Amino acid sequence: MSDPFTDLEEEIEKARHPVAEAWEMFRRNHAALVALVVLIGVVIMAIIGPALYARDPYDMVWTPFTRPGENWDFILGTDYLGRDLLAMIISGTRVSIIIGLAAAFVSVFIGVTVGALAGFYRGWVEEALMRFTEFFQVLPTLLFSMVIVALFGASLPMIVLAIGIVSWTAVARITRAEFLRIRELEYVTASRASGARNGKLMFRVILPNALPPIIVQSALMVGSAILFEAGLAFLGLTDPNVVSWGQIIGSNRTYFLDASFTVTIPGLAIFVTVLCISLVGDGLNDALNPKLRAR
Amino acid sequence: MTEPLLKVENLRIELTTRAGVTPVIDNLSFELGHGENISFVGESGCGKSMTALSIMGLLPEGVGRIASGSIQFDGEELTTASTERLREIRGNEISMIFQEPMTSLNPVYTVGEQIAEVLRAHQGLSKKAAWDMAAELLDAVRIPNAKGRVGDYPFQMSGGQRQRVMIAMALACKPKILIADEPTTALDVTVQAQIFDLLRDLRRDTGTSIIMITHDMGAVAEMAERMIVMYAGRNAEIGLVDQIIDHPRHPYTKGLISCVPHIVANLTEERHDLTEVPGIVPSLQEFGKNRCLFASRCNLRTDECLRERPPAREFENGQKADCWHAEEL
Repeated sequence: MSDPFTDLEEEIEKARHPVAEAWEMFRRNHAALVALVVLIGVVIMAIIGPALYARDPYDMVWTPFTRPGENWDFILGTDYLGRDLLAMIISGTRVSIIIGLAAAFVSVFIGVTVGALAGFYRGWVEEALMRFTEFFQVLPTLLFSMVIVALFGASLPMIVLAIGIVSWTAVARITRAEFLRIRELEYVTASRASGARNGKLMFRVILPNALPPIIVQSALMVGSAILFEAGLAFLGLTDPNVVSWGQIIGSNRTYFLDASFTVTIPGLAIFVTVLCISLVGDGLNDALNPKLRAR
Repeated sequence: MTEPLLKVENLRIELTTRAGVTPVIDNLSFELGHGENISFVGESGCGKSMTALSIMGLLPEGVGRIASGSIQFDGEELTTASTERLREIRGNEISMIFQEPMTSLNPVYTVGEQIAEVLRAHQGLSKKAAWDMAAELLDAVRIPNAKGRVGDYPFQMSGGQRQRVMIAMALACKPKILIADEPTTALDVTVQAQIFDLLRDLRRDTGTSIIMITHDMGAVAEMAERMIVMYAGRNAEIGLVDQIIDHPRHPYTKGLISCVPHIVANLTEERHDLTEVPGIVPSLQEFGKNRCLFASRCNLRTDECLRERPPAREFENGQKADCWHAEEL
């Protein structure tokens, strides 16, 4: 049966896909776009850098404290043991990126699980989980992660775990807030009315809709995890078998007055990377937060 | 007469609010036969949606509960059924469509995925079979170019189309009962008419019983055989639609009917003034009191109405009204 109204409906232009729209918004944030390009560069350096610049960061190759530019074989100079700083920075990129991503993953995993359960089930589950969250929130984070690393040894997985365990509370609170909001929406009731189980409601119906603020928070989390690792490494709590930016700063700190470049160069690396991650996070916020769209 | 498909007896639903426990549904009984279409009519807050949710076992957790009474579906008691059993029934044997088609679909999945999901959960269909079936269902609810549109997201569809998708989803498992909670309130008039046509045709083809919740008397007259007029959580009047519209036996029903301009049988030169039902619905604190709750808005009020809750009066034609003055009307 043909119906003049339904034929008309076909003519109506289809709305754009939300992902395309989000990219459009992200692109308009120039700082975020530049930061994204820099970040991609950093990640590429982490992946193929050690292959391109094949000098062992632990080899003592030249006179200690060679300044940057003094010897073109060692563009960024050498540290207090005469090791090539450029090789160390490149090698440290990998560690920083891996720790940043892995620790953010751990904290998002814990945070989303706790927040989702609390926001979905309400009642005593929420009460218990949120008090638990608050307990972690008031712990002095650096001290607590130092205790973990000191107790269980300074290996990469343990550092990742230590950072993850102290930084999941923000994600848990955001996830809970989103779940509290979304669980009351009509499509959740509609899914329930079509016989969906709790597990499905939580992770297939509500979670995908709660993702935008969680994604923004996770992006920022990568940056803070890198900073955190640098802090731990500066204090010597890091895997001695791998180079990391914080560790370079920590081991050269006594020579700061004589050879400040040994500290500022890895410091700049941390600064640029974390700044770029923050800017990208900000751009994601613009792109994913409908309230900011109107601007 | 055969056993009814759904039998609700003396249902009482209590809601825990800050002010205490109030019965939002008070002693409601009705039956729904196979393939029958029954309508609930009443103002906002009179308990229509609560009735629907209680049948689905979806009363807001921790707030609402069934205090007494029974709901029997096909001989099976639902008030005591396990959550697992209720979940099997939901979407499979009893399904529901909601008021707001704009927000009743999950924005992150395509409509095809959402329909297929229901089919896979209840009918154990394979991914491919469920997807093909979803396209067929979209075609059945008259979405043009159904095959091309199963992959669309809800935001790519208009309100009327989304409501069609909701109907397709609700009918996917060929349920015995379809509960439609104000299915057309959010849609404009031409689309409303299309949705009613669709529901009527689908009912004819599938034999699904429909419980329609509405406050639109016109829709009732068009769709249903029987109607239940509710007021403040209580049954006001129940009976065949034609009879009730022809001769309401409850002052509230009478008021509702005279509010609507177009259900006069023959248009004449003489135009009756449109009346309104004065006042507002009593607050929740008033619910459950042993008196007629409509009394404050009623022009037939006597002392009797304030002293005691009116019992149901049954007339020869099967019409029942809870009013002390039913005979006089």
